[in-house]
Amino acid sequence: MKSETPLHRIQGLGAAHSGTQHFWRERITSVALIPLTIWFGFAALALVGAREVDVLTFFQHPWNAGLMGLFIITVLIHSIVGMQSVIDDYVHQPGLKVLSLLLNRGFAWLMGAICLVALLRIVS
Amino acid sequence: MATSITHRITGVGLYLGIVFIAWWLVAASMGPEAYEPFLAAAAHPIGQIILFGFTWAATYHLLNGIRHLAWDLGFGFLPKTAMWSGIVVVALSILIAIGVFAWAYSVRMGGAIS
Repeated sequence: MKSETPLHRIQGLGAAHSGTQHFWRERITSVALIPLTIWFGFAALALVGAREVDVLTFFQHPWNAGLMGLFIITVLIHSIVGMQSVIDDYVHQPGLKVLSLLLNRGFAWLMGAICLVALLRIVS
Repeated sequence: MATSITHRITGVGLYLGIVFIAWWLVAASMGPEAYEPFLAAAAHPIGQIILFGFTWAATYHLLNGIRHLAWDLGFGFLPKTAMWSGIVVVALSILIAIGVFAWAYSVRMGGAIS
């Protein structure tokens, strides 16, 4: 028996109403993070043991500030999606599940805010 | 397989590790006095062990992530190939992490002399 309405079928969003969004977010951020992580690795390596002024000078370059901002945002979106997969797989008790999903997003947004505000303070 | 659960553990660890990146940026944004404790913590043996852990975890997650993307595209799915690429990822991640640390140490030593 087919209980799906034609509208539901063409929307292609499935039972969770989000379709393949989770899958694509994970894949797109993965691909973006390949060059961004390599860049961050070299940036961090260049700043090992550096003085505070050197760190400021590094991030005051527009390319470095922009890439750092992109890196943080992409890492956090990737982390939210990845952590959600882990929670979906291991946390089954409904209350705990909602709580952990909220904590996941709350932590990511908090870290994003802290990192980006610090980065803006460095740049300005 | 073991590489799969390691991918998850390193992923969760790296996620929590964003706290250290936040600390780094906040410390740098608050002037030299705030940056000193961060530098001291990073140079401390425990800090160095944590940093090495993150270096390895990031390298492993990056390399194994590329392996996962290849699987998504339909490549490397044969059991023999998957086993072989898993060994390559583990070995390469350890080698790169050690290489990055060796590089960092040699640069710092050079910097200390000049």
